[in-house]
Amino acid sequence: MTAPDFYRRDRSAHPPAYAPGYKSSVLRAPFRPLHSLEQTSLERSGPALGHAPVGPLDHDLIRNAAVDGDALGERIYLFGQVLDENAKPVPNALIEVWQANAAGRYAHVKDGYLAPLDPNFSGCGRCVSDAEGRYLFRTIKPGPYPWPNNGSDWRPAHIHLSIFGEAFTQRLVTQLYFEGDPLIPLCPIVNTIPDATVIDRLVARLDMRNQEPFDCLAYRFDIVLRGQRQTHFETRPEGA
Amino acid sequence: MREKLFETPSQTAGPYVHIGTAPQSIGRPALSGQPGPVIESDTGAAITLEGVVHDGAGAPVRDAMLEIWQADGDGRVGPHGLFARAVADFGSGLYRFQTVKPGPHAKGHAPHIALLIFARGINIHLHTRVYFPEDADRIAADPDFARLSPEARDTLIAKRTEGETYRFDIHLQGPNETVFFDI
Ligand SMILES: [Fe+3]
Repeated sequence: MTAPDFYRRDRSAHPPAYAPGYKSSVLRAPFRPLHSLEQTSLERSGPALGHAPVGPLDHDLIRNAAVDGDALGERIYLFGQVLDENAKPVPNALIEVWQANAAGRYAHVKDGYLAPLDPNFSGCGRCVSDAEGRYLFRTIKPGPYPWPNNGSDWRPAHIHLSIFGEAFTQRLVTQLYFEGDPLIPLCPIVNTIPDATVIDRLVARLDMRNQEPFDCLAYRFDIVLRGQRQTHFETRPEGA
Repeated sequence: MREKLFETPSQTAGPYVHIGTAPQSIGRPALSGQPGPVIESDTGAAITLEGVVHDGAGAPVRDAMLEIWQADGDGRVGPHGLFARAVADFGSGLYRFQTVKPGPHAKGHAPHIALLIFARGINIHLHTRVYFPEDADRIAADPDFARLSPEARDTLIAKRTEGETYRFDIHLQGPNETVFFDI
C-alpha cells in the first residue's frame, strides 16, 4: 500500500531564501532554484517523535525550570490545533518551543543582551497534540529585544516553534507573534514574508474565553501542516 | 471546489535554536527522549557522518541545526526509519552524526540520507540528500540524478575520509553550491 503524496509546498506562502532586509539571509540563501523531486516512502513517513511520552511539566514553561518560584512575566496559555491543509486534525504532532524571558533575554550562552536572566525560566518547552490535534502550553509572554541588523532593530514578542507531523515533508520551524504588537510590521524577519495576509497567519489571537480567571490570559494559534492529496472526491458536510 | 487551508509560513530558526531543540549543547539537561546526534541500530554498518555548513563567503555556519531521516540498514522506512539531530560546534562549525548506512528504500533509487538544515538567516529550512561514493553505479542509474549536471551531483556525494567516516560539507551559496530539493 502506498500512501498518497503530500501537496507540493506553495513557496509563495513562505519567505524567499534571499530577503536582503534581513541581513543574515544574504550569504545564507542558495542562488540556484530548488530541484524538484517526486516524493518517496522516505518523505511520506517520518520519525514518530510525537508518540513518545513527554514529561508532565514539559509544556509548562512557568514551572519547568523553576528553582524557587514561578517564572516572572505576563502569564499566558498558548493553545490551538494542529491541522493539515485538508483541515484534518494532526494528532501526535510534537511541538517544541523556545523563547526569551519577559525581559527579552534568552537563557543562551550566545545572548549578550543587557536585560536580566530569570533564574526560574529556561524558555524551553514541548508538547504533543491530542487525538483532535489540540495542544496547550503555559508560559510567560516573551519581551521584545534588540538585535543588530540595520543598527538596532527590534524583534516583536515571539515564540519559536518546531513541529513534527506524521511525515518528514510536514517538517516546519517557524515563529508566532502576538496580536496587536506594534513591532510586527517593523520587523525585518517578519518582513521576509512580503505579503501581509501571509504574515497574518503567524499572529496568535487573544482569546478571553479561554483565560484562567485571576491567573492567565490565553492566546490561540492554529498550526497548518502540509496535507496529503486526496485520492477520491470528498464532499463537505452540510453546514460546514 | 475543495477548500484548502494554507500551510503555516516558515520563519528562521534563529541563533537560539539550541534552547528548544538541543538543550544539552548549551549546558542544560536534554529532555527525555529528545533526539540527539547518535542513532543506535544493529541493522547496518555503523558510520560517522560529519561536515561543516559554509555560507556564501566560505565561513562556517556555527549556529546550524541539522536533522537526518533515513531508512535503516535493511532499507526499511516508516516505523523503522531512523532520525537524529545535531548542532554545529560553536567553535569549528563541525556537525557529526553517528548512524548506520541506510539500505535502499525504493526500487531504482540509490541509498541516501535526507538532511535538513536550519540556521539564522535561513528563512525556510533547506532539504538535501547524502549519497555514498561506493554506490556510484546505483547513483548513475538513479532517475533522481537525471537532470543534474555532474558538478551538481558531486555536491550530494559524501567523501569517505577514514575508516567508516564520511565527510559531507554543505555550501549554502556560490560556485560549489549544494543541490537543495523541493520534495
Ligand atoms: Fe528569537
